[in-house]
Amino acid sequence: MSSALLIEQVLNGLQFGVMLFLMAAGLTLIFGVMGVINLAHGSLYMVGAFACAAVAAYTGSFWLGLVASLAAAAAAGAIVEVTVIRRLYSRDHLDQVLATFALILIFSEGTRWVFGSFPLYLDIPPVLQGAVSLPGGAQYQLYRLAIIAAGLVVAIGLYLLISRTRLGMRIRAGESDREMIGALGVDIASLNTIVFALGAALAGLAGALVGALQSVQVGMGEPVLILAFVVIVIGGIGSIKGALIGAILVGVVDTMGRFLLPQLLTLFMEPSQAATAGAAIASMLIYIVMAFILAVRPKGLFAVNA
Amino acid sequence: MANREKLINTALALLLPALALAAYGMGEPFYVTLATRIAILALAAAGLNLALGLGGLVSFGHAAFFGIGGYMAGIFATHAFNQTPLFTWPIEIAATDQMPVIWLVSAGVAALVALPIGLISLRTSGVYFIMITLAFAQMIYYFAISWPAYGGEDGLSITMRNGFPGVNTLDPLNYFLIAYGLLLLVLFIFTRIRDSRFGAALQAARQNEVRVASIGIRPLRIRLAAFVISAMITAVAGALFADLNRFVGPSMLSWNMSGELIVLIILGGTGRLFGPVAGAILFVLFEFALGGLTEHWQLFLGLILLGVVLFVRGGLIGLLAGKVHHG
Amino acid sequence: MAEPVLNICNLCKSFGALKATDDVSLDLYPGEIHALIGPNGAGKSTLIHQIAGTLKHNTGSIHFMGRDVSALGVSHRAQLGLGRTFQISSLTPEFSALRNVMLAVQANQGSSFRFWQPVMADASLKDRAMHMLERVGLVDRAPVPSAELSHGERRQLEIAIALALEPKAFLLDEPMAGMGPEGSKRLTGFLDTLRHEAPILLIEHDMDAVFALADRISVLVYGRIIATGTVDDIRRNPQVREAYLGESV
Repeated sequence: MSSALLIEQVLNGLQFGVMLFLMAAGLTLIFGVMGVINLAHGSLYMVGAFACAAVAAYTGSFWLGLVASLAAAAAAGAIVEVTVIRRLYSRDHLDQVLATFALILIFSEGTRWVFGSFPLYLDIPPVLQGAVSLPGGAQYQLYRLAIIAAGLVVAIGLYLLISRTRLGMRIRAGESDREMIGALGVDIASLNTIVFALGAALAGLAGALVGALQSVQVGMGEPVLILAFVVIVIGGIGSIKGALIGAILVGVVDTMGRFLLPQLLTLFMEPSQAATAGAAIASMLIYIVMAFILAVRPKGLFAVNA
Repeated sequence: MANREKLINTALALLLPALALAAYGMGEPFYVTLATRIAILALAAAGLNLALGLGGLVSFGHAAFFGIGGYMAGIFATHAFNQTPLFTWPIEIAATDQMPVIWLVSAGVAALVALPIGLISLRTSGVYFIMITLAFAQMIYYFAISWPAYGGEDGLSITMRNGFPGVNTLDPLNYFLIAYGLLLLVLFIFTRIRDSRFGAALQAARQNEVRVASIGIRPLRIRLAAFVISAMITAVAGALFADLNRFVGPSMLSWNMSGELIVLIILGGTGRLFGPVAGAILFVLFEFALGGLTEHWQLFLGLILLGVVLFVRGGLIGLLAGKVHHG
Repeated sequence: MAEPVLNICNLCKSFGALKATDDVSLDLYPGEIHALIGPNGAGKSTLIHQIAGTLKHNTGSIHFMGRDVSALGVSHRAQLGLGRTFQISSLTPEFSALRNVMLAVQANQGSSFRFWQPVMADASLKDRAMHMLERVGLVDRAPVPSAELSHGERRQLEIAIALALEPKAFLLDEPMAGMGPEGSKRLTGFLDTLRHEAPILLIEHDMDAVFALADRISVLVYGRIIATGTVDDIRRNPQVREAYLGESV
């Protein structure tokens, strides 16, 4: 195998990881601040993708679509928080799971009602089309590089937001002691809505960015949601740093596993068997990694309340 | 109130065979199949109810065990139909199309899978447990999709429904009676386990883990046993489900399926003996009635479910019979 | 002198910068009541948590029945014979008082993996549990869910559960709290006889009870034991008077 191919796969893994980070960061923030497990986070990802595709198709501008995805997902998140999630803070996790499961049904079927069952397609904006040459002679899709860059910018932005701003201070306070910040006069209700909308906007952004690489369709959010769960289980619930490292780990391990395992197995068996077995094992690889990490650290790599 | 629950349970227990018999008498096999579907889903949920209702273990991965049972039925049926051995190494083992054997194998395989999953996920609790069980189920789902030997993404059709000694399983009423009989048996086992020493420890661990540990009972072991038993029951239901549909595919392993099993329990009443039965009746009837009205019935199911979670706590049985009573 | 049942040696526990337990050593001999007193926030409950295993200590050792239990979990220590009550009652709320105690009897018999026989028909559990309820004076409340018991009754139930474990040592965390003067007096009499079944490490704020019961007293202030001795020693100790009673010498 050539080193160019290897570099390409590593970058694909990074791009996948960065996208997972956008999902996982929102989930982990929402859990950290509100103690709520939000299964409908994948629906917000889908909302972002549909909003971007629809607006881009209508206006012809990907960038307007991107703005629309952020706005639509944030608005959907805020509405969901105010109407449903708010009633779940004092409930057990079972009720949270069920209510947000119900939200998935509502979002998915509602979207199908509005947009139909056929997938939408979203074009890569002209500025980002084409490929760039990497050292070593590899060619790599510019758009994917842009996603990696966008994800890293968001990661830095989130870090600054949480460590440097007033809102971030309140988020940190909310994570350590909910009653206390209420007693200090912080309006918890609006803090919750803001955090939820922020998480939703990140999910919507991820959906929109990925929408240009894959088709935009109902049900696109849940497989990503479950991977984001794996990410925050590995990284430690409530930790943004854990989400970033977990996301990159999952993205790279998954991509490299699918690429390398079948080739590795050809050393032991015939090519057709190796391809089958390699693909099967690769599809389970990140879960196996998760199991190992949990066996050593049941609360994840960067547990907030270790 | 406890007596009222018994009354409701009896009514629910009689409702299903009454529905099946009436439909059969009127020459409506579709409704017999509907009743069978209810019985099988109730059976699957009864298995989960042991872990979730009694033990408080919110497993979001029970579709894994449901699907394992389904694939066992499919794999056995395929090999039996083609008269090929199940496997040839290290020894050759022939396939059978006899349901009792398939059920035992399903339960056994599910136990072997549930044991490591339980060992890892039960070391955590709360949200972690939910997400980890979901992740492991997803792992098995992707394995089924990427492993082409038994249909991969397309699933596996069961040409001939598996057999039962002395019974023609192709007759819908016979098949209903098999599923219903198994459901009653499992509900009986459920009451015995619930009222046993093990059940006491399991329910106590749900209410107060530290208390249970500080009298010298290890919650992990109790929960692991409950998780494994629960998986075995759900797997048997999965085998029945595949035989009912004469098809098994990755969708039986999907996260939606895990979610639906939880929904059944909540609709009916968490931890209640007949909660899964009430929930399965409600769910299948919603699906049937709403599905007849609009192709977007899942939207309304979602709204109803949301309403139940937010406003009707305790499910149908809780609504009708009041709170749980312990001796 | 006999071997101590419980021996704690140089125990330390920190939460961040806060030293909750600072080089604590104490022991508990057969037949004695060793009282642990100290102002609120001195780290008494934290110490009990470490002995019971719900918290892990940082350094030092805990020996119970001659065995180092430092690495063992809560349930394992309980099986070895540490019977503990909680400062804030910790019961299984849906279960009746009777079933709470029956569960402890079941745990003591070491047989929770029985899946078939109904517990309520099991005389070996029920009779024994009723006997324990009788000893703490709670028989007529047996069928009441523990969530519906009064505060004082829950304290009594805690003790019945600890009794049912037939422990080798009791760890009682403020058993008198909220009992009222009448209840405290009755409980004092009861604990006085209990010491012959197993020694008691007693945390208590009720000084009348402590002075009436304790063979020895240790005084814990800011995580450190500042004095250990008989009732008279402690009463006379100027350091204790200053630190604990707030009197200047």
